[in-house]
Amino acid sequence: MHYISRNLRAGSFLTLLVSLISIIPSDAFAADKLSEGNTAWIITATALVLFMTMPGLALFYGGLVRSKNVLSVLMQCFAICCVASIVWLVAGYSIAFGGGNAWWGGLSKAFLAGITTETLSGDIPENVFFMFQMTFAIITPGLIVGAYVERIKFGAVVLFSTLWLIFVYAPSTHWIWGGGFLADLSWLGASFKGYATMDFAGGLVVHANAAVAALVIAKVLGSRKGFPNELRPPHNPGLVMIGAAMLWVGWYGFNAGSALAANGSAGMAMTVTHISAATACLTWIIIEYVKFGKPSLVGIATGAIAGLATITPASGFVGPVGALVYGVASGVICFYMINVVKSKWNIDDSLDVFAVHGVGGMLGILLAAFFADTSLGGNGLPEGITMGTAFVGQLVATIITVVWAGIASYILLKITQAVIGLRVSADDEIEGLDITSHGERSYDL
Amino acid sequence: MKYIIAIIKPSKLDTVREALMGIGVEGLTTSEVSGFGRQKGHTEIYRGAEYAISFVPKTKIEIAVGDDLADRVVETIRTEAGSDNIGDGKIFVYELADAIRIRTGERGEEAL
Repeated sequence: MHYISRNLRAGSFLTLLVSLISIIPSDAFAADKLSEGNTAWIITATALVLFMTMPGLALFYGGLVRSKNVLSVLMQCFAICCVASIVWLVAGYSIAFGGGNAWWGGLSKAFLAGITTETLSGDIPENVFFMFQMTFAIITPGLIVGAYVERIKFGAVVLFSTLWLIFVYAPSTHWIWGGGFLADLSWLGASFKGYATMDFAGGLVVHANAAVAALVIAKVLGSRKGFPNELRPPHNPGLVMIGAAMLWVGWYGFNAGSALAANGSAGMAMTVTHISAATACLTWIIIEYVKFGKPSLVGIATGAIAGLATITPASGFVGPVGALVYGVASGVICFYMINVVKSKWNIDDSLDVFAVHGVGGMLGILLAAFFADTSLGGNGLPEGITMGTAFVGQLVATIITVVWAGIASYILLKITQAVIGLRVSADDEIEGLDITSHGERSYDL
Repeated sequence: MKYIIAIIKPSKLDTVREALMGIGVEGLTTSEVSGFGRQKGHTEIYRGAEYAISFVPKTKIEIAVGDDLADRVVETIRTEAGSDNIGDGKIFVYELADAIRIRTGERGEEAL
């Protein structure tokens, strides 16, 4: 995503300008005109990305929990969609893309103030850009759900997600995509002049942020009763696959849409996204076959998500052969990390948000420094930037993002805990959230 | 009259039902149950984590028959549901005090 700022000046040279306009080819002013092709694609991409949450992610997570909690997971995703939408309108969009300073976009665009149906952002209507970005703001807190399933209070989900969007997601978006201080790393040194953090569709903004929050929540909230040795398996692996498939399809909107144009860049983003997913799937089930003797459906579905999350930040920068590498790397590393988080660190990040999205997103960010280079099939690093420089830049952006997400998520969590509490009672947890939090039974058998 | 409860492998239900109808049984009730005997549970692996599943799915069939048919029912179930593997199941035979047809009020063997 590129932040474009233009200053249009009307003044005493207007007449000269008008006569110059007639000689300059119309391409030079294309950025000021609405592109119908780009607009059509981004409207479509918006629908695809919303579909990723509603119902893709909901079903993916829903199938992984016990049947007594499936409705609560669907409810959390659905409610987060609603809440995030309002927060985005009221403040989120403005904090992210409102201009402001290098840290905070300000509230100048709160409630879409000053933005009409004619207002453009680049060559698409700003309201379309607003909506497209909203779907990212919806899915990011939705990803965090995986960490706190089966024991969280519904009110805590709503409150925390609201605060988190305002103080973690929107600022982070501003820093990397909204012209903030990570969108131009010149301040790091002379060799970084002109270098913008390469995060095409949200390896840091979406996946790393959500995953760090997930880890913090899982730790503070505590494990599910019965973790780690007396848990029940996913109640519906079929739902997991359906959700993963929806996520895969929707991801075309997520990555290819981030090109903000209907062009070859979008096409390549779609290509590498797909190749990474497919490769990661096969890698995952090969590992399962070698380790356990049986390739599983939950495994292949998880592999897809690992591949998709990892390629996300690099999708506009790398080539298809690079995508193959991404697929293998994400399959191997995310597979291994699930065990690290749950067994070594003993953290009940129940649906492996950190291992899959966090590690995947960060891996994708760092690998981009190399695979964006033309020598490895990428579109090319910026003028004067070496792989080494890019790597340091990516690493700095990652560390800053992760540190802020960790600290802020912890504080917001403690606030939520003080205001409303985090965890349901032990009895409610045993009986299941569907009936105790929502008064509903999932399967009337 | 006898009330016969048999816990059998779910895959055997159809063959048992057909064979029982063949010897004159006119009705039965089935339910899906789980349990364990000498066939212990198994392990399932999801995302690299092992889950111990200690209960095995079984099918329970319940049949009320006259005393003359009871022995043949037991033998038929043994033949059709058996496979020489542990986990084939068990049959329990109870004395049945009475049976009533709801529609007509008939009692005893006439109600079966």
